[in-house]
Amino acid sequence: MNRVEISSVTKYYGNNLVLDEVSLAVREHEVVCLIGASGSGKSTLLRCVNKLVPFDHGDISIDGVSIFSEQFNNNELHKRVGIVFQAYNLFPHINVLNNITLAPRKVHGVSRQESEERAYRLLDLFGMQGYEKSYPEQLSGGQQQRVAIVRALATQPDVLMLDEVTAALDPELIGGVLRIIRDLKTQGMTMIIVTHEMGFARDVADRVCFLEGGRILEEAPPNKLFSAPENPRTRQFLQRIIEAGRL
Amino acid sequence: MSSDARVPAPPARRTPTLKERVVPALISIFSVTVFFGTIAFLVTSAEQWPRIRFQFFNPDAIMAAFPNVLRGFGINMMVWAIALVAIGVWALVLAVFRSLNGPILAPLKVFSIVYIDLLRGIPSLLLVLLFGFGVPALQIPGLPRSSLFWGSVAMVLGYSAYAAEVYRSGMEAVHDGQRAAAKALGLSQWQTLYYAIIPQAVRNVLPALLNLAVALQKDVALLSVIGVRDAVREAQIYTARTFNYSSLIAAAILFLLATIPMARITDYVARKDQERRLQRTV
Repeated sequence: MNRVEISSVTKYYGNNLVLDEVSLAVREHEVVCLIGASGSGKSTLLRCVNKLVPFDHGDISIDGVSIFSEQFNNNELHKRVGIVFQAYNLFPHINVLNNITLAPRKVHGVSRQESEERAYRLLDLFGMQGYEKSYPEQLSGGQQQRVAIVRALATQPDVLMLDEVTAALDPELIGGVLRIIRDLKTQGMTMIIVTHEMGFARDVADRVCFLEGGRILEEAPPNKLFSAPENPRTRQFLQRIIEAGRL
Repeated sequence: MSSDARVPAPPARRTPTLKERVVPALISIFSVTVFFGTIAFLVTSAEQWPRIRFQFFNPDAIMAAFPNVLRGFGINMMVWAIALVAIGVWALVLAVFRSLNGPILAPLKVFSIVYIDLLRGIPSLLLVLLFGFGVPALQIPGLPRSSLFWGSVAMVLGYSAYAAEVYRSGMEAVHDGQRAAAKALGLSQWQTLYYAIIPQAVRNVLPALLNLAVALQKDVALLSVIGVRDAVREAQIYTARTFNYSSLIAAAILFLLATIPMARITDYVARKDQERRLQRTV
């Protein structure tokens, strides 16, 4: 059974077709990277999976159960599927510890003590020990993004979705965040990653999907997709990336 | 060769001499004194000045009226403090109602929109008259009949409409990403408002709310028209008895003593808020 199964998802923004019958299956422990130009529908696809945006046709299921079924009230869905945003979106008025423990405590009924212990463990793991009382504004972008990843992991999700998590970071801060994602892969986390870091995608992905115009044009293991792409559009996209010095 | 060229050290900052510091200060003191001195001279040398001084700035009259005016001012400040709390809460409720989405909650949203439109559109004085005279006149059993109570209610209802709009602007200024993050974490609509949006919104609009508080500090004097014996009313009573207006000046002084510090506090909070925002963008 697939951990995440996206079947023929179609979405319009007004008259604009942003996802055109997209189907994608992600197995447990698999890391799938979505690449493609801005506006190709990558981020929207992620937001469909955890119901941040509604879609018009198709279905998405987690472990074989549709996200629209009774079993998935919103709490359960958001507990099983975590997301990290490009702009971190930490809550600026509460400290790091409260950012991390808010959802476990208030949504999932975990005790303060248990949720804080877990938060400390995760912060330790990601090199953020000692920052639990800091406020997001006091941290660098890279540190904020690490806290955002910890926050998404605090509910112990089965799937983690990462939406261009390094796009807003200074170049020297990107490495630390990417290292964490590699660690998560080693630990067997199932991930769907939208990224413009092609070197990273090649490295970490089990499978890479190239999206354009709301459709998955090509889907292959990274070695194949990056070295011998079949679709002419994929070739063209990668060519431009190489010209821009990003691969 | 050019790599050898040293960047010249910046010239050492020279401490200004005593003369350089004192002379500009003396000039400004002089020009201020001359300017306001001339005005004071012209005013006090006017033929009508003794009469003006007697009618408005009569120390004896001020002292005579002062105890009653001060007691009345206590009522002003009490109404102000209580109304402030009530407005802070009720306006937030209105703003939250207005921000709600979903068909079931639509009545609350519509109520809030209509409420704000109506109460913002009616002059405060009219509201005070309507509630302060109107409601007690109905003699509904179980409801208080004090004009002080109903006048205060009128102030709360009217000011809440403004404060609700201030809150709303603060809530709308919270970045959309905050809502997305809250939703992705599984927070309900109420939890999102309570834990994420409202705390940030209140922080955003604190200076604007304090400005409203200063305005309210003066507007509570409107209660004098419905017979509440506040500072203005007490001053008027004295004036009616003696035909001397110095008691009104006494009331004015009391209001200034309250509003000027409040305005300074507002400025201070606004400046801190500005600094916080600038820091964030760096």
